[in-house]
Amino acid sequence: MHHVHNAHSLDYHIPGTLVLVIGAALLVAYIAAARATGRHLKRWPVLRSICWALGLASLAASLIGPVAKEAHHQFTAHMTVHLLLGMIGPLFIAFSRPVTLLLRTLRTSSARRLTRLLKSRYVQIISHPVMAALLNIGGLWVLYTTDLYAAMHESRFLYTLIHIHVFLAGYLFTASILANEPAPHRYRLPLRVIVLILAAAAHNILSKHLYAHPPVGVPLAQAETGSMLMYYGGDAVDIMMMIALGYQWFRSVSRESPGGNLKPAA
Amino acid sequence: MQKNAKRSLWSGILFGLGFVAFIDEFVFHQLLHWHHFYDRSTTSVGLVTDGLFHAFSWFATIASLFMYADLRRRQALHSMRWIGGALAGAGGFQLYDGIIQHKLMRLHQIRYEVDVLPYDLTWNILAAIVLTAGLFLIRRTRT
Repeated sequence: MHHVHNAHSLDYHIPGTLVLVIGAALLVAYIAAARATGRHLKRWPVLRSICWALGLASLAASLIGPVAKEAHHQFTAHMTVHLLLGMIGPLFIAFSRPVTLLLRTLRTSSARRLTRLLKSRYVQIISHPVMAALLNIGGLWVLYTTDLYAAMHESRFLYTLIHIHVFLAGYLFTASILANEPAPHRYRLPLRVIVLILAAAAHNILSKHLYAHPPVGVPLAQAETGSMLMYYGGDAVDIMMMIALGYQWFRSVSRESPGGNLKPAA
Repeated sequence: MQKNAKRSLWSGILFGLGFVAFIDEFVFHQLLHWHHFYDRSTTSVGLVTDGLFHAFSWFATIASLFMYADLRRRQALHSMRWIGGALAGAGGFQLYDGIIQHKLMRLHQIRYEVDVLPYDLTWNILAAIVLTAGLFLIRRTRT
């Protein structure tokens, strides 16, 4: 089989120190904001800071280090990077509620500007659960079932662009399903549940499709382990999101009349 | 309360469905390695419905447990109706898996390199018995 990954010519080194410095700065900024606002507002839960740290660590592991290096030549490593960058990292970051913290921290005028941005038409359109799911899972279908995957390894520009997309779309999707931050529209739980199940299914189907039909240039053995990692890794993250939604429902029904309302509250 | 009886039933059905899918995945795919991840004779409709069922079964397990916890919290659980639902959900899903997914959509077989007929019969007859027991319990606990 033709091997596209003789792309040693394209040896892009992401400077490790730069990633670590940015990561450390983001971690310090988050904790400083949590502590500062915790003095006059409600205490910011420690668990959220831990999630933020885990999220940053996942992203760092996807950008630098041994797995990230292997990902240019090896499909299973590529899939590990994808899982860290597009699912696990975004999950922990969404759990840490960075937008809420930012709104608490900013001066009123800046906070208002941020709210205006969140209310903008563009943000509203892309953050609808259905649109976010299409951008996220649809993007994966395009990447792995067309020549884009092979082309990505030949172009530094495409490589960077696609990886930024994987993270942003992953975060957008996770945030729109969890809906745990202030937003002009809070979509109802049943809609978010259905979109999550359909997106998880589309992810499963794509994994099994890749098992039998590897992306151009990927040897069959690597496609098999890589797609199984995609399948079960995706499951693990989807399960965490389903538990989060279940807990939202569990808390919302306790606030209702003790007689119990069958309709899961939005 | 009609509502609590109904919710107990649905919590049971979802739990049964999710539990069978879970056993299928862990025992037959992971421990015994009888089932294959993908055996290349699968129809594309089979691939799509399998993806949907797999995702839905995780949701069913999780949702059923939160519903159960909510019923217990309000001391409103109808235990027998829940068990009836669980048996019906488990048997029903196993029967669907055994006949539609294995045979019609050829997702994968129960086991390979052996005569599969005794396995198919055991699988589906067991499913039918569990389903019948569940339906019987649901009938008996009707309010």
